[in-house]
Amino acid sequence: MAILVTPQTRILVQGITGDFGSRHAKLSLDYGTQLVAGVTPGKGGQVFEHNGHKVPVFDTVAEAAKQTGATVSVIFVPPPFAADAILESVDAGLDLAVAITEGIPVNDMVRAKAAMVGSKTRLIGPNCPGLVTPGAGKDSHGGCRIGIAPGYIHKRGNVGVVSRSGTLTYEAVWQLTSRGYGQTTCVGIGGDPVNGTSHLDVLKMFNEDPETEAIIMIGEIGGEAEEQAAAWVKANCKKPVAAFIAGASAPPGRRMGHAGAIVSGGKGTAAAKIAALKDAGIAVAVTPSAMADTLLRHWGKA
Amino acid sequence: MSPYKLRSAFQTMNIHEYQARELFGKFGVATQPGRVASTEEEAEAIATELAKPTVVKAQIHAGGRGKGTFKNGFKGGVHLASSPAEARDFASKMLGQTLVTHQTGPEGKLVGKVFVGEAVDIAKELYFAILQDRATSGYTIIASTEGGVNIEEVAEHTPEKIAREHIHPTLGFQSYQGRKLAAALGLRGPLMTQAVKLFANLFKLFLSADCSMVEINPLVITTDGRLMALDAKFNFDDNALFRHPEIVAMRDKSEEDPREVAASEFNLNYIGLDGNIACLVNGAGLAMATMDIIQHYGGKPANFLDVGGGASKEQVTAAFKIILSDAAVQGILVNIFGGIMDCDIIANGVIAAAKEVSIKIPLVVRLEGNNVAAGKKTLSTSGLAILSADTLDDAAQKIVAALKKS
Repeated sequence: MAILVTPQTRILVQGITGDFGSRHAKLSLDYGTQLVAGVTPGKGGQVFEHNGHKVPVFDTVAEAAKQTGATVSVIFVPPPFAADAILESVDAGLDLAVAITEGIPVNDMVRAKAAMVGSKTRLIGPNCPGLVTPGAGKDSHGGCRIGIAPGYIHKRGNVGVVSRSGTLTYEAVWQLTSRGYGQTTCVGIGGDPVNGTSHLDVLKMFNEDPETEAIIMIGEIGGEAEEQAAAWVKANCKKPVAAFIAGASAPPGRRMGHAGAIVSGGKGTAAAKIAALKDAGIAVAVTPSAMADTLLRHWGKA
Repeated sequence: MSPYKLRSAFQTMNIHEYQARELFGKFGVATQPGRVASTEEEAEAIATELAKPTVVKAQIHAGGRGKGTFKNGFKGGVHLASSPAEARDFASKMLGQTLVTHQTGPEGKLVGKVFVGEAVDIAKELYFAILQDRATSGYTIIASTEGGVNIEEVAEHTPEKIAREHIHPTLGFQSYQGRKLAAALGLRGPLMTQAVKLFANLFKLFLSADCSMVEINPLVITTDGRLMALDAKFNFDDNALFRHPEIVAMRDKSEEDPREVAASEFNLNYIGLDGNIACLVNGAGLAMATMDIIQHYGGKPANFLDVGGGASKEQVTAAFKIILSDAAVQGILVNIFGGIMDCDIIANGVIAAAKEVSIKIPLVVRLEGNNVAAGKKTLSTSGLAILSADTLDDAAQKIVAALKKS
């Protein structure tokens, strides 16, 4: 059944005519994703064409959703305008908004998140690779690819993957696929300090999803989201979970690329997170090369 | 380059003390009267204007100024002056000189400016900070009666001496919260009025300048009953600098690691560390994980370096140049997960870059992803002494072993 999105989910792209947005819209169309609309203010009425696909472009999200039945938006809008784009998808009553944009001011996200309280829209990201529910075709073709992840590395199967990092997610997914284990859904929650969906939120969904049998959770230094997720797993999670935490070698006080990846005031260290994960019965991979193998052992498959 | 691409340029942008005071002045946050001087004449003029005993402070970003020593032998980057002539004398001994503190490293920092301020008599030192709070997706104020000391130690040993107040993400700071905090700090009577005004104005500054943290340590009560910010530390949200040219103008590149400045010009995310194995990776999470695995196998990472998703030839060349400018580097590990991009294109980019900068130290390249077989073949037939690795594990072990051999 997967979580959040299925191969049938109809998505729209905010920022479809920009460099980044159009490149990834094309890749999603190639992957077989139901990409049904684009939104670029001022370019309503144009058609986004690619390999025989004709995707209508609208001026507003509300129009795009109403006319095409899209329920999910993926946001490739530049940082100064991204919070506004998120709120527009909330206003349009979409189920899910996935913000790929990196570099949104934290104060913009604080206000947007406060404004979303009580709305029906879930936000994933920002500063995230998006999410993929692999399809049943060759190289997982026919799945729902939202964002920037390479589609072909996936395989339809029973492992749920949730991560704060992009390429490290691909690494885990590829390790699984290479070993013959597919995924239900792979969710990149993003590397920003203020985000829409946490590790914990996604773990709860995987726990409820009948198709997901085991889970890989990838965290990194900074904040306490991994610790909160671990506490919940200890009390509630019925499925085997393996984890990796990046940043054990990172010096305190330095921001390691991701805005949220920083050890400050002795908080958010890899050591504290790893201890919390182990205490919760989560199998922690010693190196990033061992993510899939650690899960498979813990799951009783290897 | 679009303005918001500036973000990677400011890994940890700091400002000078005098610049913090200028921001305070603009937003009505009470602070010690005084100004910045670039010459000894200016220092004397400011001291004359203040008509009171003054403090002369060397302007560098590093801490430990008071206990530092100048390379000319003059001791201390902070001095009390009883007359304008004495202020001038201190300024002359600091300006144009290099100050070494426990935070600057042995090379020290050149002092180009001094702050000349009124020497205030302190009755009590307090602590006050506002931060963006990821746990609540809002803002938190932290205040303590224990000022002038390390707040983390206060939090650990005497947590009851710390007051916290959460600020609503859209309502912002409310006066009653200022009164609660003032009461917690023992600021009563006229001091309470001063405190509420200072806190409110500081929050306004914090939001308007898109700070991620403002810390006033110490916030002082003077013997003549004034409340003022005596020293402050600002952190800015790098993501918001595109809308603050006035803050960007405060950047002092001489205070930053020159390799990080060079990296920022190529939109690379580089952080220098003290090991000898350089790494070049696409993606921040994978870059961190690559450092971790080097350390796991007994090596020491020389840097964090994220070349972003594309890893173009130009970026890789620039990255190699920056890596090699670090004399401590004895080996390089390139780890690229070619998701969208073809590994063969990446391999050609790596080879071209390696040829251009003529790398003479061990180079291990691990490629994975799209068209990886062709990429590996390109590497192995390049004629360069590139060690190709199959997995990240393999790559880390190979580079650590190569360094042991050489």
